[in-house]
Amino acid sequence: MNKTDVVIVGFGWAGAIMAKELTEAGLRVVALERGPARDTQPDGAYPKVLDELTYNIRKKLFQDLSRETVTIRHGLDDTALPYRQLGAFLPGDGVGGAGLHWSGVHFRVDPVELRLRSHYEERYGKGFLPDGMTIQDFGVSYEELEPHFDFAEKVFGTSGTAWSVKGQVVGADKGGNPFAPDRSNDFPLPAQMRPISAQRFGKAAAELGYHPYDLPSANASGPYSNPYGCQMGPCNFCGYCSGYVCYNYSKASPNVNILPALRQSPLFALRTQAHVLQVDLSADRRTATGVTYVDAQGREVAQPADIVILSAFQFHNVRLMLLSGIGEPYDPASGQGTVGRNFAYQNMATIKAFFSGEVHANPFIGAGGNGIAIDDFNADNFDHGPAGFVGGSPMWVNQAGVKPISGIALPEGVPGWGSAWKQAVAEYYTHTVSMDAHGAHMSYRDNYLSLDPTYRDAYGRPLLRMTLDWKDNDIRMTRFMAEKMRAVAQAMGPKALRVYVKNFGDHFDTTSYQTTHLNGGAIMGADRRTSAINRYLQSWDVHNVFVPGASAFPQGLGYNPTGLVAALTYWSAKAIRERYLAKPGPLA
Amino acid sequence: MPDDPSFTSRRRFLQWSAVAVPALAAAGAPASGQAPSADDRPTFFSASEWAFLRAAAARLIPADALGPGALEAGVPEFIDRQMATPWAEGRLWYMQGPFVPDAPPTLGWQMRLTPRDVYRLGIAAADGWTQDRHGRVFAELDPAAQDGVLQAFESGKARFEQVPAAIFFAMLLGNVREGFFSDPVHGGNRGLAGWKLIGFPGARADFMDWVERDVAYPLPPVSLSGQRG
Repeated sequence: MNKTDVVIVGFGWAGAIMAKELTEAGLRVVALERGPARDTQPDGAYPKVLDELTYNIRKKLFQDLSRETVTIRHGLDDTALPYRQLGAFLPGDGVGGAGLHWSGVHFRVDPVELRLRSHYEERYGKGFLPDGMTIQDFGVSYEELEPHFDFAEKVFGTSGTAWSVKGQVVGADKGGNPFAPDRSNDFPLPAQMRPISAQRFGKAAAELGYHPYDLPSANASGPYSNPYGCQMGPCNFCGYCSGYVCYNYSKASPNVNILPALRQSPLFALRTQAHVLQVDLSADRRTATGVTYVDAQGREVAQPADIVILSAFQFHNVRLMLLSGIGEPYDPASGQGTVGRNFAYQNMATIKAFFSGEVHANPFIGAGGNGIAIDDFNADNFDHGPAGFVGGSPMWVNQAGVKPISGIALPEGVPGWGSAWKQAVAEYYTHTVSMDAHGAHMSYRDNYLSLDPTYRDAYGRPLLRMTLDWKDNDIRMTRFMAEKMRAVAQAMGPKALRVYVKNFGDHFDTTSYQTTHLNGGAIMGADRRTSAINRYLQSWDVHNVFVPGASAFPQGLGYNPTGLVAALTYWSAKAIRERYLAKPGPLA
Repeated sequence: MPDDPSFTSRRRFLQWSAVAVPALAAAGAPASGQAPSADDRPTFFSASEWAFLRAAAARLIPADALGPGALEAGVPEFIDRQMATPWAEGRLWYMQGPFVPDAPPTLGWQMRLTPRDVYRLGIAAADGWTQDRHGRVFAELDPAAQDGVLQAFESGKARFEQVPAAIFFAMLLGNVREGFFSDPVHGGNRGLAGWKLIGFPGARADFMDWVERDVAYPLPPVSLSGQRG
C-alpha cells in the first residue's frame, strides 16, 4: 500500500475530528474503520430504524463480540472470563463508532476534575485520599481547552443555556448552570424543550434549594449549519437516540456533522471493514512506521504512514498499544509501567418514581441529550470533608425515550409476569419518571487493563483483560448521591419510588447496562512515569503516535465524556498542526 | 369474534396439530404440505415443544380483562421466528472456550449453550420435571398448576440437568416480553396488543407538539408497516 501522511485507526468522533483537522493542514489521511459503512441512509432510514428489537435488543449498531471482546475479573487473584454478551457497556462498531448510537449529552468538564488530585490535596489535605486511589491531574487546564470546547459545540450544533459568557452572567433563572465554568460564546442553539418529567424534577430540586439547569444536548433544538457546512434538522423528540441512527439529522454524529465535509477532500480516504492488528514500529521502537490491518477480504495489508492516530474506542486504544509494544505495560504489583494504568468507569445510581394517573411522563417522548440536571453534588461543588469520599455526580432527568421491551420499571414487589404484571405495566408505563446520579469514578492501583493469558480474538490475538471492582469510596459516594436524589424524588410527590444503588460488598456487574463511559488505560499527564501519553495526547515512547479518546482520562468524570474527548482531540490536532509538523519529535 | 385472527389461528392450529402431531413427534420437525398457514407452523419447535411454548406464553402474559395475552398476540410465532436468527445460534456472542458455566452471575453468560440449545434442552427438562411431579406435561396442567410450575422454574427451585431452570425461564420470559412489545414485523404484538395495553405509540416518532404537555397522548399506536392500533 502507498505510504500516507497520516493513518487513523477507528472512525468515531476522535477519528473524524483528527481526519478533518489534518486534511485541512494539507496532509493525506487514510482512516481505517473495522466495522461497516454506516450513514443516515440507509442505516437510519425512517421508519425502519424505529425498531427496538433489531436495534437496542439485538444490538445492531454495537461491537460484534463474536469476533473480539474483553475479559473481565474483579480482582488480581481471579481468573478473568469473557464478556460474551453485551451488557454493562456498549461500544460501537462501524463508521461513526459509538458517536453514531450515542444519546447526545454534550458537556464540557468541571475544571476541578482536570486537576483532581491537586485540588483534593489542596482543599482536604493529602491524607484525604484513600490508600490505593491513583487519581491524578490531566496536565491541561480548562482555559487551554476552552476554545476547543467552544468549537466542538459549534461543530456538534449543541443546544443549551449558558450561565456566563466572557464573565457576564446571562443564564440566571433561564436554565443556566451556576456551577458551569465561564464560556467564550453562548451555545450555538438554545436549549431543547423541557419534557414534563424534567420540569417536575427541576421544580422539586429548586424547592430544595438546588440549582436546576438545562442539559447541554447535541440534539438540535432548531435548524442548524455547522462551521463545516454540515446541516442538522430540529429534533422532534422521537425518542430513538440511544442505540439508534437518528433518522432526522438531529443528533450530532461523525456521520452527519463531519463526514459530509471530509468527503469533499481529495486528501481523505476511508476504508471500512479494515481491522487493525497492530501499529508497526521501527527497529529502535521509537517511531511507528504505519499499521497492519486485515481487509474485508481477509488479507493482511501494511499501511505505511508518518503519523499514526489511535482513535478507536477507549479500551481498543489500550489493547492496540499493548499488542504493538508501545510504552511499558502497567504492573499493579510494582506500580511501574503506564499502559493499562488508571482504568475507570462511571458510578451510577438510578431512581424510578411512580405516579398515579394525573402525571403524564409519557416516556416514549424523548431526546437523548435533553433534560434538567443539578450540579450541586457534582465535582467539588459541596464539602466532601464530612461526606468522606472523593468524587461527585450530576443528577438529572434525561428522558431519552423509554421503549417497552427494555424500559418498563415497576415498583418493588410487583411480579415479573402474569395478570398482576400486566396490570402494573398498563398502570405505570406512561406515569414513571426516571432519574440518575451520574457519578464520577475514581481510579485505583488495582483497576487496570492488560492482555488476557487465555482468551483470543478471531485473529488469534489475546483479548484485553479488565480488572475492575467497586471500592468502598465508590459505594459511599453512590449511596450518598442516591439519598440526595431520593429527597428530590420524594419532593415530586410520587406514589412509590424504586432506588437502584450499590451496596457495600457488591461487585461490578457486567450484565446490566450502566454506561459506555469507560475511561483511562492510556492516560495523559505531565509525568511520563505515571502517564502513557503527554498533555498533547502524544505517546511518550513513540512520538508519532497520538491517542485521543477517553482512554486519556486519568479517572472518570461526573459528566458524560464525549465533550471532553472532542475538545482534547482538537487540542491535540492543534499541537500537531502548529508544532509537530514543523518539527516532528516529542512535544513535551 | 370469528374475525379475530388469533381465534382463527388457534382453530387452525388445532386442526393442523390433530393431523400432524404423530409425524412431527417422530421427525422432530414440522411436516410439509398439511399446514394451512406458515404463521401457525413452527419451523424450529417440535409439536410437543410448541405445546409447551404456547401454554407457557399464555400464563406469562395471560389474556384477561385488560385484553389479549401473549398467545393471542402471536408471541409463540415470534419466538419460533427468532430461532432462525443469528442471535438464536449464538452468533452475536463471543463463543470461544474455555467455558466456566458456574461462574459468578455478575460475570454474565458463561455457558456454551445458544438460545436454540436453551429452548431444546430447557423445554424437554421442563416437561420432564412437570411429568415427574404432576404426572402430565406442562401444557396439560390447569392454569393454577402451571403458574406453580413456572414459579419453581423462575426461582430455580426446579433442578434441570443441562440448563439451569432459572436461566431457561429468564430467556423464555424475556423472549415473551419481546414478542409482546416489539413491532409486529417480527411476528408478535398482533393487533398492536402490547402497545395498546401500555400506551406506547410505536413508530409515530414525532412528538414535537407534546413535549411540554402534561396530558395523555391521544393517538393510537402505529407499526412500521402502517398498521394502526
